[in-house]
Amino acid sequence: MLKQIEGSRAIAEAVALCRPEVICAYPITPQTHIVEALGEMVKKEEIEHCEFINVESEFAALSVAIGSSAAGARSYTATASQGILFMAEAVYNAAGLGLPIVMTIGNRAIGAPINIWNDHSDSMSMRDAGWIQLFAETNQEAADLHIQAFRLAEELSCPVMVCVDGFILTHAYDRVDIPTQQQVDAYLPRFEPVQILDVDEPVSIGAMVGPDAFFEVRYLQHHKQLMALDLIPRLADEFRQKFGRDAGGLIRSYRCDDAETIVVALGSLVGTIKDAVDGMREAGHRIGVVSICSFRPFPLAAVRAALVRAKRVVVVEKCFAVGIGGIVSDGVRKALAGSQVPTYTAIAGLGGRPVTQKSLVGLFESAQGDALEQLNFLDLKRDVVEREIARGRKQRRAGPSAEAILRDLRALRSGIPLGAA
Amino acid sequence: MTQQPVKFYQTGTFTVGNRLLPGDERAVQANMRRTNSLNSGHRACQGCGEALGARYAIDAAMQATGNRVIAINATGCLEVFSTPYPETSWQIPWMHSLFGNAAAVAAGVAAALRIKGGKGAKVIAQGGDGGTTDIGFGCLSGMFERNDDVLYICYDNEAYMNTGVQRSSATPPAARTATTMSVGRHPGNVFGTGKNVPLIAMAHHIPYVATASVANLRDLEAKVTRAMGVSGARYIHIHVPCPLGWGSQPADTIKIARLAVESGLFPLFEAVDGEVTARYQLRRRVPVEDYLRLQRRFAHLFGATPDTQTIAAIQAMADRNVRTFGLEAA
Amino acid sequence: MFQVRIHGRGGQGVVSAAEMLSIAAFDEGRFAQAFPSFGSERMGAPVTAFCRIDDREIRTREPVNEPDALIVQDPTLLHQIDLFSGLSPAGYILINSTRSFDELGLGDFLRGFNHRNVCTVPATELALKYVGRPLPNAALLGGFAAISGQLHFESVARAIEGKFSGKVGQANAAAAREAYEAVLAARTAETAHA
Repeated sequence: MLKQIEGSRAIAEAVALCRPEVICAYPITPQTHIVEALGEMVKKEEIEHCEFINVESEFAALSVAIGSSAAGARSYTATASQGILFMAEAVYNAAGLGLPIVMTIGNRAIGAPINIWNDHSDSMSMRDAGWIQLFAETNQEAADLHIQAFRLAEELSCPVMVCVDGFILTHAYDRVDIPTQQQVDAYLPRFEPVQILDVDEPVSIGAMVGPDAFFEVRYLQHHKQLMALDLIPRLADEFRQKFGRDAGGLIRSYRCDDAETIVVALGSLVGTIKDAVDGMREAGHRIGVVSICSFRPFPLAAVRAALVRAKRVVVVEKCFAVGIGGIVSDGVRKALAGSQVPTYTAIAGLGGRPVTQKSLVGLFESAQGDALEQLNFLDLKRDVVEREIARGRKQRRAGPSAEAILRDLRALRSGIPLGAA
Repeated sequence: MTQQPVKFYQTGTFTVGNRLLPGDERAVQANMRRTNSLNSGHRACQGCGEALGARYAIDAAMQATGNRVIAINATGCLEVFSTPYPETSWQIPWMHSLFGNAAAVAAGVAAALRIKGGKGAKVIAQGGDGGTTDIGFGCLSGMFERNDDVLYICYDNEAYMNTGVQRSSATPPAARTATTMSVGRHPGNVFGTGKNVPLIAMAHHIPYVATASVANLRDLEAKVTRAMGVSGARYIHIHVPCPLGWGSQPADTIKIARLAVESGLFPLFEAVDGEVTARYQLRRRVPVEDYLRLQRRFAHLFGATPDTQTIAAIQAMADRNVRTFGLEAA
Repeated sequence: MFQVRIHGRGGQGVVSAAEMLSIAAFDEGRFAQAFPSFGSERMGAPVTAFCRIDDREIRTREPVNEPDALIVQDPTLLHQIDLFSGLSPAGYILINSTRSFDELGLGDFLRGFNHRNVCTVPATELALKYVGRPLPNAALLGGFAAISGQLHFESVARAIEGKFSGKVGQANAAAAREAYEAVLAARTAETAHA
């Protein structure tokens, strides 16, 4: 049924259709609306046979889900930002134990400085934890990916994160087609766990594993991810057949057939880039965009096939590995290893800095002239940075730079873009 | 199991001669039908109080539930010595997740059991004092305040033994640990620190809280049995000597545990809905010195010139417990 | 694509206004995207929300920097932030005020604008009259339907009644209707005047 609803609501309705049995909730902006909506649905008994548990921390949220999943219940939670760091130990643990938990990440920056706005630093910090990570481009896809995520998680016995841009998607009212219970039931079978805490068949789960076997256990996690490379496109195909629309898959190409310049991005940024690409196409530029939905497993072969005929690749990413540069770019460069395609990284949108078509077009035009550095920072206020560096040089006790920069900017108040106020 | 006063006890140990009782009056551990939930062959040290405590507690819980117990274990000695991959001593469904989340994982299992039916299974979470009073404290408090249907058992050996005897918030004052060495002007652990988790558990007004000791097997089993008959969040804090960490003889584990009780340093009591409802009255109080002397972690208090001031301060703690909990037999 | 930017203060229903606009557009079978300016804003702090309306899927996710229409829920913001940033003289302006543009000191600024496209409406007073609370968002949406011609008043009213249920919804819709009619009348007068 078509609805004009908030992204968080759409996600909650999709999760509800998946018949979750245990939902753990802890508030953190910007994912909170999702668990609020689910809590209400459980209380109104719109979701039947489901425990909604208000826990005391994100660490507990995922830990409760670990327990409920190990006891055979379909388990869900959601978090963001500091929350995923606070539960980091349990994130690795859930994957190591092979528990098919589904978790929404309302992508948000990580402090300090504290910042509630969108970027991808949070889920990227857990990219090697053994979870599958799927990034949603739109709210329709965010809803649809959750339905696929439970199926994927339970077929592989591997936890899945669905990454949804905080505020930009979670708080946006959009048109979303919410499927029927019958459609979802036909796609997502009952949860049949591969391991379960059962008093009739006692097993020990989570034993200590020494050097003689740890390596193999870890390799098997990699094997699951390799299997996911096959399963993710299959599930997306089946989804298209049953629901009549595209969602998920490893990657998607847009206007790439004859493209000389191909942009690579994740999440909601892709929509803005598509509009920028259309504008540039009209002006005669041969440019396209590849959207990576499955960041873990990283689809090296698919990315290579999509990019290898381009003259250049620009990776626009909302995350930043301090001290080296791009994170998505690393995977893209690995995918293109041995080819001669130059790959540029543009770090953009950190901490909610708006990524505008105007800036993107400027970036892509520079790329077409091969006038980019390997590592670029889109709309970074260089002058502000340089003034702060100079100030720090002048005095030893320069104080906190975040506050100094805010003071500097306040002095130039008119320069603040509206959305950043 | 009913409890009845038994008049025979062996000198020095008070241990009840089970064989002289009728079959259904015997302790679970003396019963041929005990489940050996934590089976033999594990890798605990000689004289390990925690291994004893865990077997007593889980076997009693198994008997109380018709063998329907799922256990969640925090990281720690109990977890490590019981499950060296690919072996396991656990005869029951058992899971270890992390050091600090046993209470939360158990809450999750309890939630799943409510939804899935669960064949009448009951959940126990267990951990050492570090996993309970320190790193797992947040999850423990959350489990308590939500009144999740979990019995949490803390096996308190008063330090981080698995990592090599470091101080925890359950380490008593003056005790030597690897991070409170017996050096300097105030050797051992600092006075005026630590926390009493049974009292904190009571402050959550959960339906059942108890302390127990491996020295008092029948009392321990009775408390576990009672706890398994109650729904909601329950907490049992069991004092379990550690020969390695305390520097005591493996053969003295029960004796030392008993001296902790009989000196008043480790009061045994039960609390229902936040109120103390029963306490174990001391029949023959002993000075704390008798308890301290058997442990090398307190050796710096004795020697050529005993530290009478510190010993007196520890005695004062015992005296306060006796007053606070009403331990002195009338 | 038609892009709207709404300015107001926390507690005035700025974000809800954008959401209701998007719902009204959806109701008419159009595509719409509404979103707030993303902040942990408290009561009274300046808040911005956006709404895009189009006949095809809206993909872009950037904030609305060049709006076609501006709704100002709180005129005290005029001197606080750059309200008119990115608005071309062809754009629409609706300000919640009992005063005229001249009285607000905007006479000079609006000289280049089409006077049929700019209007003030006493939305707070209308809200007090019909709803009993100074929540100007619904009345302004009625005014917006009149001034922009983007949406039918009926779909705006339905969106309002969906957001505020029962009597409150009807009262808000009534406030919106009076604003709608007042703005239509003002536009007619302006046309006659011109």
